Amino acid sequence: MNATIAAITFRAMLGRRRALLLLVLPLLLLTLSVGLRAADVADLEVSAGVLQQFALATLLPLLALIAGTGVIGPEIDDGQIMYVLTKPTPRHVIVFSKLAVAIALVVAFGVVPTLAAGLVLTGNTAGVTAAFTIGVLAAGIAYTSVFVALAVLSRNAVTIGLLYALVWESLLGSVAPGARSASVQQWALSVADAFTDASVVTSTVRLPVAVALLAAVTVVGALLAVMRLRRLPVTSAE
Amino acid sequence: MTTSIIHDIGYRHYEGRRLGRGYVLRSLYVHNLRAAFGLGRPARAKVMPFLLAAIMLLPAVGVVAAVGLAGLDRPPIRYSQYAVSLQVIIAIFLATQAPVLASRELRHRVVPLYFSRPVGHLDFVLAKLAALATALFALMAVPITVMYIGSLVNKMPNASRHLADYLTALLGCVLFALVLAAIGMVVAAFTPRRGFGVAAVIAVYSLSAGFVLIVQGLAEAHTNFTLAGWMGLFTPFNLVDIVQVRLLGAEPSAVAVAPGVLGGLVALLLCGVLVAGSIPVLYRRFRKAGLS
Repeated sequence: MNATIAAITFRAMLGRRRALLLLVLPLLLLTLSVGLRAADVADLEVSAGVLQQFALATLLPLLALIAGTGVIGPEIDDGQIMYVLTKPTPRHVIVFSKLAVAIALVVAFGVVPTLAAGLVLTGNTAGVTAAFTIGVLAAGIAYTSVFVALAVLSRNAVTIGLLYALVWESLLGSVAPGARSASVQQWALSVADAFTDASVVTSTVRLPVAVALLAAVTVVGALLAVMRLRRLPVTSAE
Repeated sequence: MTTSIIHDIGYRHYEGRRLGRGYVLRSLYVHNLRAAFGLGRPARAKVMPFLLAAIMLLPAVGVVAAVGLAGLDRPPIRYSQYAVSLQVIIAIFLATQAPVLASRELRHRVVPLYFSRPVGHLDFVLAKLAALATALFALMAVPITVMYIGSLVNKMPNASRHLADYLTALLGCVLFALVLAAIGMVVAAFTPRRGFGVAAVIAVYSLSAGFVLIVQGLAEAHTNFTLAGWMGLFTPFNLVDIVQVRLLGAEPSAVAVAPGVLGGLVALLLCGVLVAGSIPVLYRRFRKAGLS
């Protein structure tokens, strides 16, 4: 961890109007939760549905994509990364600092709002809120690691990330069961399933496999980013 | 407009023909339309738009092949349903290409260079909007046209019905293109940082769609179909589908559509407000950027 890199990254991510964009996402989740609670339709099934479909499947991938690619992608694109790379800082320190910032952002704007939304919706009936908070945290770390790696590997990182999150996980996941099992979302759901007795939370992946895959994806993502950053081709910005 | 004086220091004057406003507008339009597909830019910029366009075409080609081989008498995907079914791909195209048109020049601070030439602020914005709308229209209309030609080649019955459905869907595509272009341009123009524009546009699409779907699902579970229908106004694809269904006579493709002709009129009005409202917003944004 390098405090200076982390501080600069935080400033780049939250400076000016950007914090607003990040803030709008969880606000929508909280608005939805408060609305459902006020309309008195927030039973266990509905709450689990909202937490799964909105918090885990829609909000989290987007947030992780913004945070994960945002911490390093723009710097690589406009060449500013050179000012960091030419300092005697080990490359893995750079990647881990950026990753830590991205995960902190995901926790602040994704995990904490999920917890709050769950508490508003059901309190903690059958442990659903706690389960989803843990699930979202696990998925958030894995997503962020993957997207940081993607941002170092490709200029089209955001689009590729979107294709994965929206097409692979949502579209193909609803058509092809095979694709569903190979997604961060299902693995996180499996983790959430383990922490709650509610029968509405089910996953197609068994827990040990899911945990192993989540950990593997996180580690591989981080390592890939480090390895790629060690020999980053410096091309001019488009 | 300007009152400053340019002193004549002896250079030769230009006395040739001035190409005029129409030429400026046309040039900007063509340039932006090419940029929307990455033409005239490195191969890296072409990958995504053409990949997405290819994904858009796949189902249409599949439908034509399936109809030809299995001898169906109507296509498994309706023309007006095509854009709604593939909305994720269209949204990703919009998210990746709207920042190319709206935020690249802002990011590199080259907007003043445009306005140091006889380019009007309004023309600049209109050309960009029209270019993005045209690109989106092409993205949606080409697969539908492939499907229609396929129906002619396969000699499907009810040719006149097919033509009517096809033309209705084309009108729907125009509306889809205009509404999506307006939303995408405005969002992208206010998030010039690279990557953020893409994320912001997709966030508007995906969160509004997710939000509306959940409320619609709950409303239908409580048999409140009116509320479910009206909720459709709050997400772009459902909004245009309401117009398609209620005013153009298409069959519904979205989860729920607002009831009656009134629903269609309200949706059309909202589309108009979105498109017309985006112009002054973009005008101000680019005029301000042109001053710095």
